[in-house]
Amino acid sequence: MGDYESYMKGSPLEVKVITKRFGLANSTSIDVYLETDGYQALAKAFEMGPAAVISEVKNSGLRGRGGAGFNTGMKWSFVPKDTSKPKYIVCNADESEPGTCKDRPLMESDPHQLIEGIIIAGFAIGARQGYIYIRGEYRYLLDILDRAIAEAYGRGYLGRNILNSGFDFELATHTGAGAYECGEETALLNSLEGLRGYPRVKPPFPAVVGLYGCPTIVNNVETLCNVPAILRMGAEAYARLGTPKNGGTRLFCLSGHIRRPGVYELPMGFNLKRMIEEVGGGVPGGKALKAVIPGGSSCPVLAASEVDVAMDFESVARIGSMLGSGGVIIMDEDTCMVKALLRIEKFYAHESCGWCIPCREGTAWLKNLLQRFHDGGGTEQDPDTALDVSFNILGKTLCPLGDAAALPGISFIQKFRHEFEEHLKLGACPFERRAVAVT
Amino acid sequence: MARGDEAGEIETPMPETTLATAAETVTLVIDGQSVTVPKGTLLIEAARQAGIEIPSYCYYPNLSLQGACRMCLVSIAKMPKLQTACTTIVSEGMTVHTQTPEVANARKAMLEFELTNHPLDCPVCDKGGECELQDAVFRYGAAETRFMEAKLHHEEKRFSNLVYYDWPRCILCYRCIRICDEGMDVNALGIAFRGARSEIIPNREDHLECEECGMCIDICPVGALTSGTYRYKARPWELSYTGTICNHCGDGCKTTLGVRNNEIIRANNRDHSGINGEFLCVKGRFGWDFVNSRQRLTVPLVRRNGHQEQSTWQEALSLTHKTLRAIGEKYGADSIAVIGSNRTTNEENYLLQRLARTLLGTNNIDHHRTADYSSLVSALTEARATDRYATMDDLSAAASVLLIGNDPTHQHPLAAYQIRQAVRLRGARLYVVNSAEIKLAVRQASVFVKVRAGGEADLVGSLADQRPVPPGLVLNGADKLGALAERLAKESDTIIVFGDELRGAAIGDLVRWGLTLPGRPRFMALGDYANSRGAADMGLLPGTLPGYRAVADPEARARYEAVWGAPVPAGEGRHIRAILDAAQSGEIKALVVFGSNPVKTFQLPEGALSRLAFLVVSELFPTETTACADVVLPAASFAEKSGTVTNTSGQLQWMRRPARGFDVPDSALGPVPTRAEPILNTMRRTGTRSDLEILLALAREFGARWPYRSAEDVLREIIASVPGYAVALPPLLMGRAVATQAEGTPPPLERPDLVFTSRDSLFTSGTVSRFSWALNSVEESKQPHGHIF
Repeated sequence: MGDYESYMKGSPLEVKVITKRFGLANSTSIDVYLETDGYQALAKAFEMGPAAVISEVKNSGLRGRGGAGFNTGMKWSFVPKDTSKPKYIVCNADESEPGTCKDRPLMESDPHQLIEGIIIAGFAIGARQGYIYIRGEYRYLLDILDRAIAEAYGRGYLGRNILNSGFDFELATHTGAGAYECGEETALLNSLEGLRGYPRVKPPFPAVVGLYGCPTIVNNVETLCNVPAILRMGAEAYARLGTPKNGGTRLFCLSGHIRRPGVYELPMGFNLKRMIEEVGGGVPGGKALKAVIPGGSSCPVLAASEVDVAMDFESVARIGSMLGSGGVIIMDEDTCMVKALLRIEKFYAHESCGWCIPCREGTAWLKNLLQRFHDGGGTEQDPDTALDVSFNILGKTLCPLGDAAALPGISFIQKFRHEFEEHLKLGACPFERRAVAVT
Repeated sequence: MARGDEAGEIETPMPETTLATAAETVTLVIDGQSVTVPKGTLLIEAARQAGIEIPSYCYYPNLSLQGACRMCLVSIAKMPKLQTACTTIVSEGMTVHTQTPEVANARKAMLEFELTNHPLDCPVCDKGGECELQDAVFRYGAAETRFMEAKLHHEEKRFSNLVYYDWPRCILCYRCIRICDEGMDVNALGIAFRGARSEIIPNREDHLECEECGMCIDICPVGALTSGTYRYKARPWELSYTGTICNHCGDGCKTTLGVRNNEIIRANNRDHSGINGEFLCVKGRFGWDFVNSRQRLTVPLVRRNGHQEQSTWQEALSLTHKTLRAIGEKYGADSIAVIGSNRTTNEENYLLQRLARTLLGTNNIDHHRTADYSSLVSALTEARATDRYATMDDLSAAASVLLIGNDPTHQHPLAAYQIRQAVRLRGARLYVVNSAEIKLAVRQASVFVKVRAGGEADLVGSLADQRPVPPGLVLNGADKLGALAERLAKESDTIIVFGDELRGAAIGDLVRWGLTLPGRPRFMALGDYANSRGAADMGLLPGTLPGYRAVADPEARARYEAVWGAPVPAGEGRHIRAILDAAQSGEIKALVVFGSNPVKTFQLPEGALSRLAFLVVSELFPTETTACADVVLPAASFAEKSGTVTNTSGQLQWMRRPARGFDVPDSALGPVPTRAEPILNTMRRTGTRSDLEILLALAREFGARWPYRSAEDVLREIIASVPGYAVALPPLLMGRAVATQAEGTPPPLERPDLVFTSRDSLFTSGTVSRFSWALNSVEESKQPHGHIF
């Protein structure tokens, strides 16, 4: 577990709001948490009442950190008030997007912050039961979370009549079995119910018909971790940390060809170029930057010329990509973009749940085509076919997994077409030949 | 998705059409055409109503919505992306385009995806020619493929002897899983693996344990699920298709026989015609194969020197006539008795009793009664409520159903399906009174009152007379009956369905009490075979003439004497148990049996019929009864004749003789028996005759001049003269089910043990099922009776 520290070393440019306990001794214990402002926001929430909490979160500009970036307070306000059904709050800890590793340290180092966020969210929407749905591969985090939950029960932050507020709230963990698809909120709910992790037809949305057919809010780990901070700081102060429509800070996960890979908490709107050069220390080995995926493998790739961009939802969208889940993947000049795309499509073909046709067949097709192409068996039509297959998936699937597979395909081929041409001309991967030549 | 458990069902989005009232409407524009539909209608259905076709695989009416195949993507104004028409509920002013280049490209793309791993083995695929994928590619697909990669392949799997699965052909529309789970409530199929390797598997991993209904096969849009009896046997367009009525249970499902070269190749109800819609059980879909059996009787047999020897029709009929006449003259008409069938047509039954009454001169005629229809008719007539027969269609539209006795899941698969549909799609409440924990009680019932064995009648008596419930009658809680009565008092238009547990006076009690329930309560008696109801309606009863007219009633006799031009004996005849007793004691000298196996049904001891001077049996197969016979007449099966049958709920349907399906010349099938039926190019089993033909020939031997040349002629007389059967002929001949309205005051039930069900399971059907390979081939047929799948 030694290498975890590397991404906790941090950078002087960071603004530590939700990572402030990272690196503290015994940061997972409730005592350390209580010493460092823990559970104060919860007490404040009880004073404010549910409606005020929702409007506070709305005003903070907090947007979902899972990838879609929907205003969190707004989402909470969609829960019907006049229903006789129980309501649920579900924490999506199925962090699976390649290049993304931010929820893990949040749970690993500061589980109580998440638990407090979940209780506040539950209080805001009127839920009495919460679940933390953890991806199968994060099974070891169960120990940390379960211990923290037990501590919270022991101190009266969970269970009956929390802090004499009259509010009852139960919280339990649940693991997935290792499916990327279960990060999609409706597939997650199916999995949580014990069904296959297939997405559901929307509408109805989970806020109205969710877990066991009841109103349910599904929020990402990082999103919920921000909630205590918002209540403590006040919406306005929190919002000011970021840009006008993108409140607060965000964890960015720098990986790939970067000198100091790691998870960094930076204000929303932080410049990507600075992030790579100043926070991450630039591309190692004196090599030139070729491309960056700004928000996890499903986001369209940016060429080196495009990286001078503010990392907020709108700015990144303006140049045709997405802020996504904060997984910034850096690729240097020796990266084979065909192989990089192949790797991505292998992932999506493996993870496609098989529910709907374009994703199920399209991802497998893309993977096989790219494998053949990269191996030297490409034809002149292949890049156009792959592009067309990607467009045929795009926007036509039941859940966003199809788009996640299609967008990289489109952007890689459109922006790095010349590399595909080179493969064709050589009948082999130029980068692998070059590597052989060097040694 | 394993949708079987209840949690899954809660979230399953159902089309709102099934729940919404039709009062409010929405107007939208599809391809420039204004369409007004009820609020809550799905776009794909709204388009269909406007005559606009939107292709789809995973969408299937009345099943949960999937949004999986993406074939129904359409363009909706103000929506940035294409939307699936199968999950979109129409809204006022919605503007939809189904023919834009974008939509056309999307369809083409989806089909290209479908075909990537789909083998193009259409020339040898069972579904070739009736494949929805083939049709869609023809209409919307690309002419060539760009897919250059290796196709995935798995070997075909045998799920059971009747259901095979060919994975590469599967497009994963999940229809099979949903019809099995939601439609059949069996939940035998699920999905293994994921992504492009997803596959349909039995939930028992390697084999099916289910009702073997084959619904999954017919609902499959491609050739992934294939039938164990049909696979690789024929091209669908080679077959001649004839919709007829299944001859097994009493529910009267339409089954479409596919015939080639004078042989039935398959049966299904793909066109959803008939009262059963898409539904067929294992018997309706596979159980016809007894017709093709090599064990069929095809030559008349005559006993000589103690041995049955092959004979000719002429000899057999002439011997039958001469012997019956001689016995009648010597011992009197009362020494002759007739036992009829639960499967023969109304026309045959009508002629059989006419033969008994006018040519043999006896009312000694009965059949194995499997439900007490007479008592229901007489109770409703007495209450002036003969408009209160519930039909099978009523059952699926019911708001509330009370089921007393019987196990419809096994004995009346369509009735069970209709009840499940009512509960699932219309939120109907089911109330069950039974001595066994039958599946409907376990799975669908709102209130289940478990009574001790045979306690149903006592319970009805308590309800009717508001007597206290005898101790020990209700087994699952003393308050259950109170809860039942309370709930029923709040229901409206309850349909009351009952089995043989109620007979005689108990039915009187039931009707008396049932009619006090709110709204328009209606009744349905459940009896076993294809024409049990018709046997009673046509007067195969010792005291009852056709149309439930008492033999003792001079007016009724005069009515038929006028029609038949011959006297009808006045005294009530012997019922079937008395006939069989008298046969053993020697009082009955001659017994005429048509399509019945009393030796087995009434468990007669060995040699019980040996004192008979003469026994003639018309049958399809050698049975325990034909073994005792002096003359055996090989009869045509339901698939070799026409005529009407009345299902257990009183719906009259035309059983149509199938076309032969390939130009076999008549000469190849042996001599043409009679002129009784137009047989040109219709199914014929060489050597056999229909019971109608046999009866007409016998009547000729007796010198009678009956004015019939065909079943239609007899039907016309039935329509004209039998009360309750005054129906219009054209809709009947066009394949519609027409409700009859039986009324009359037949004599009361002579003794209770005259009415009893055979308790057939899903896989048995009296004698004929013994000769069905399909029904005996499935492992499930070895399960104990009443097994819940």
